Amino acid sequence: MTFRQLQRRFLLYMVVVVIALWVLVPLVLIALAAFTPRLELYRWPRTVLPSAFSTATMAFFLRSYGTLTSLTNSALVALLTLGMTLALGAPAGYAVARYVFRGREAFRIGILMTRMFPTSLLAIPLIVTFIRWQLYDTLIGVAFIHTAMALPFAVLITSGIFSGVPKELEEAAMTLGCSRLGAFVRVALPLALPGLAAAAMFTFVISWNEVFAAAILTVRNRTLPAQVLTSLEVAPLDFRFAGGFFMIIPALIFMALARRYLFQMWGGAISER
Amino acid sequence: MAEIRLEQVRKTFGRVVAVRDVDLTIEDGEFLVLLGPSGCGKTTTLRCIAGLERANSGRIFIGRRDVTGLPPARRGIAMVFQSYAVFPHMTVAQNIGFGLRMRHVPRRQIQKDVEEAAALLRIDELLQRYPAQLSGGQRQRVAVARAIVMKPQVLLMDEPLSNLDALLRLQMRAELKRLHREIGTTTVYVTHDQVEALSLGDRIAVMMDGTIVQLDHPSVVYDKPASTFVAGFIGTPPMNFLEATVAARDESVELVVGDFTLLVPAMWTDQLKERAGQTVIVGIRAENITVHHGPVPGSLAATVLVSEPLGSQQLLTVQVGQDVLKVATAPEPLLAAGQMVGLTLVGQKLRLFDKETGKALPVPIPPPSEGGT
Amino acid sequence: MPCTRPLRALASEKALPYWLILPTIVYVAVFFLVPVVQALLLAFRTQDGQWTTRFLMRMVQDIQFGSALRFTLLLLAIVVPLQLVTALFIALLVNTRFRGSRTFLYMCAIPLGISDLAAGLIWFSLFTQHGYINSFLYGLGIIERPIFFLSAQNTGWVLGSIVLAEHWRATAIVLVILVAGLQMISRDYLEAAEVFGARPWQRLWHVTLPLLKPSLQSALIIRTILALQMFAVVVAMGGRMVPVLAGEAYYWYYLYRNANVASAYALLLMVISALLAWGYLRFLRPREVHS
Ligand SMILES: Nc1ncnc2c1ncn2[C@@H]1O[C@H](COP(=O)(O)OP(=O)(O)OP(=O)(O)O)[C@@H](O)[C@H]1O
Ligand SMILES: [Mg+2]
Repeated sequence: MTFRQLQRRFLLYMVVVVIALWVLVPLVLIALAAFTPRLELYRWPRTVLPSAFSTATMAFFLRSYGTLTSLTNSALVALLTLGMTLALGAPAGYAVARYVFRGREAFRIGILMTRMFPTSLLAIPLIVTFIRWQLYDTLIGVAFIHTAMALPFAVLITSGIFSGVPKELEEAAMTLGCSRLGAFVRVALPLALPGLAAAAMFTFVISWNEVFAAAILTVRNRTLPAQVLTSLEVAPLDFRFAGGFFMIIPALIFMALARRYLFQMWGGAISER
Repeated sequence: MAEIRLEQVRKTFGRVVAVRDVDLTIEDGEFLVLLGPSGCGKTTTLRCIAGLERANSGRIFIGRRDVTGLPPARRGIAMVFQSYAVFPHMTVAQNIGFGLRMRHVPRRQIQKDVEEAAALLRIDELLQRYPAQLSGGQRQRVAVARAIVMKPQVLLMDEPLSNLDALLRLQMRAELKRLHREIGTTTVYVTHDQVEALSLGDRIAVMMDGTIVQLDHPSVVYDKPASTFVAGFIGTPPMNFLEATVAARDESVELVVGDFTLLVPAMWTDQLKERAGQTVIVGIRAENITVHHGPVPGSLAATVLVSEPLGSQQLLTVQVGQDVLKVATAPEPLLAAGQMVGLTLVGQKLRLFDKETGKALPVPIPPPSEGGT
Repeated sequence: MPCTRPLRALASEKALPYWLILPTIVYVAVFFLVPVVQALLLAFRTQDGQWTTRFLMRMVQDIQFGSALRFTLLLLAIVVPLQLVTALFIALLVNTRFRGSRTFLYMCAIPLGISDLAAGLIWFSLFTQHGYINSFLYGLGIIERPIFFLSAQNTGWVLGSIVLAEHWRATAIVLVILVAGLQMISRDYLEAAEVFGARPWQRLWHVTLPLLKPSLQSALIIRTILALQMFAVVVAMGGRMVPVLAGEAYYWYYLYRNANVASAYALLLMVISALLAWGYLRFLRPREVHS
């Protein structure tokens, strides 16, 4: 290797390390803050590393009024969203992947467009509709709008996954004695399972993270982000830090597990053809 | 085992007519090859028989049973796909036994049948492996075993060898032939490789634009092609074509090609007399042209343009007047470009086609003593 | 079977894909059309059914409206181009496929899984009075007493902090879209260009970027529309010190329980989103890239 090449490689990795630090350092800092003894957070001057490891801050957050309920609410809403989204979106994704039919391209573009629609804003007019339908301040109501948000992504991911399962495999199963449905269940489904799991995780994360609609459509049955948001005005520092840290944990785990499928979720340009 | 009958089967995709009112009867135990260029509708025909496509009109019978409306599962067929379609999430044994499991055959019986089929295809060592651990040729064998273990009435294969390398293809071709001799199932085999078709088929159905243009034994299809299309598609190199004008003499007829005159065997006389003054297309295969290194009376003068030594023979591209011909000759002596040679055509093997329609003029039965140029 | 023709057509294999996409279409239609119509009614009709522009006027004349509109567009104008450039840089870096580029890419994608609220709180912990940045600057001996980054006296600092937080949080989306786009570009094109003597910069300018244009366009639209809805990051860091349109929509309902004016805000945002998306699609149309 020449000196020049060495120099360039060194430069490359310097840039890479700087960018990686830019992404990672804030995450480390919020984790540190969440485990810093409570009083130390208010002290000046304060050191970056806490003097002691303490779970008091996290315990304070979890014991605060409403936190645990909102935590279960969040999980429930996310699970409901996940169920509805996959039940609706996976068949559509399958159709887009498997069949050439009139209107397919229009449907695909429509999905790409709804992916960009500012869906959470719809929560405001939905207040009135939900009050009429008795969905206001219910978990299922929140799950409904979260489903509308996650649905385009679910269609895109599942269609990507099903196009990865060759059509011939299902046809072979059909020539070997399976019905249409049987071929799907015995061949396409098992092969698509890891991808479908990833789609499920993304859906969960979308719902888990959503705050605007959840805060607007609930009063007593708050989800975790809605609870944290509406307590911000009165919440002490330690509550905010612990809350921030706590919210990112499940999201980060799921993202790490499903990372390979990120590109199917966000890929696909509108004016491709 | 059963015969297959297609009656006026038509399949369209939007504006494209993939299969155009095809009538076809495949006899019990026969090995029929569907041959044709890319996009001519072979796969679609096969998939209609399988039930993977619903024909727009027409009827399909398998063993006297009308299966037109039945799903693939209830047609008594088995199919080998071009991409093999071996299930990646099942072992070889599970793959081969899949269809039997769907039929609720007792487990003991499945195991026995699977082992038998695997032995027949010489993959009994691989039963516990997953497809990802197999070579292309082995996967192909699994696909065939999975089909024959069903003891289907009809075996359908869509270019099963096209994804294999040349040597393996040769070997599998022989194996498929052996397999068919052993199990005798009625087989429909799709290929665009004419060598495969000639070597495997009991009969060949040559397709073009969704219709069957010739259906006959391989030797007939090769020797008496029904049209210029078939003649140009089958054989390497394809048949040579020359445009000729029919000139009637008192007793005989002659064909005038540019500056040359071809003598035609007397058997053609009657037919050609009717076409006096018209243009016909003369077809002759490369191996039916004899090359003379010296001047021979009555031969065509030709210039060698290219000479390709192919081991067992030598393939020449020669110019005769305005026309370019392919000629197969002995490998020795190697001819050089620019060399002058004389050509004589084996008159018995001349084929004549109508210029307008491309259809062959019916080949007359030659009288026993006729021969020569 | 006594089956009429239309019924059979509905049950045929041809109809299957339509049955499969039907639930999604119905759901999306109901969940988009109903609220959009409802929003129009809320914003332009009084309780007793009279058409009115009262709520619209109330929104426009509110003292926060002007600054909310200004700050929203300002943030948009700063954050989106910045993110596009950063993401493109990182995407091209990743596309050189250096050792560890995969890990690096996933690392850069992490913020994609972090909610805007959590991101706001994370950056709040950095910029708050006794936060990490002040502590760090003190540790270096640069300052004696903490700087009030997040105070109403100094919206410049607040704005800057929000830009940093938003840049940290949402560049990943652009990055992922661009990387997905880059992966679709066959390396053959670049190699062909290289064979014909194109320098790295020329390859980027004449081959990669034109082929990437559809993805750039998508990324731009998605990112712009998301940035218009910017809400929780702003609220978590600055409360209402730096008002934004989505925040105002929220407060008008949350504080004043006025769904009408809130709806007017929501509609305004939808209209701006639609206009910008239309503009991008119209004026950034890629030339015939895919044959
Ligand atoms: N699913 C389909 N949708 C639309 N058109 C199709 C479809 N399948 C086949 N076709 C068209 O029907 C015609 C016949 O296709 P088919 O696959 O039967 O050809 P083939 O003879 O098998 O060709 P090849 O040798 O290339 O496999 C072609 O013009 C093809 O484009
Ligand atoms: Mg084919």
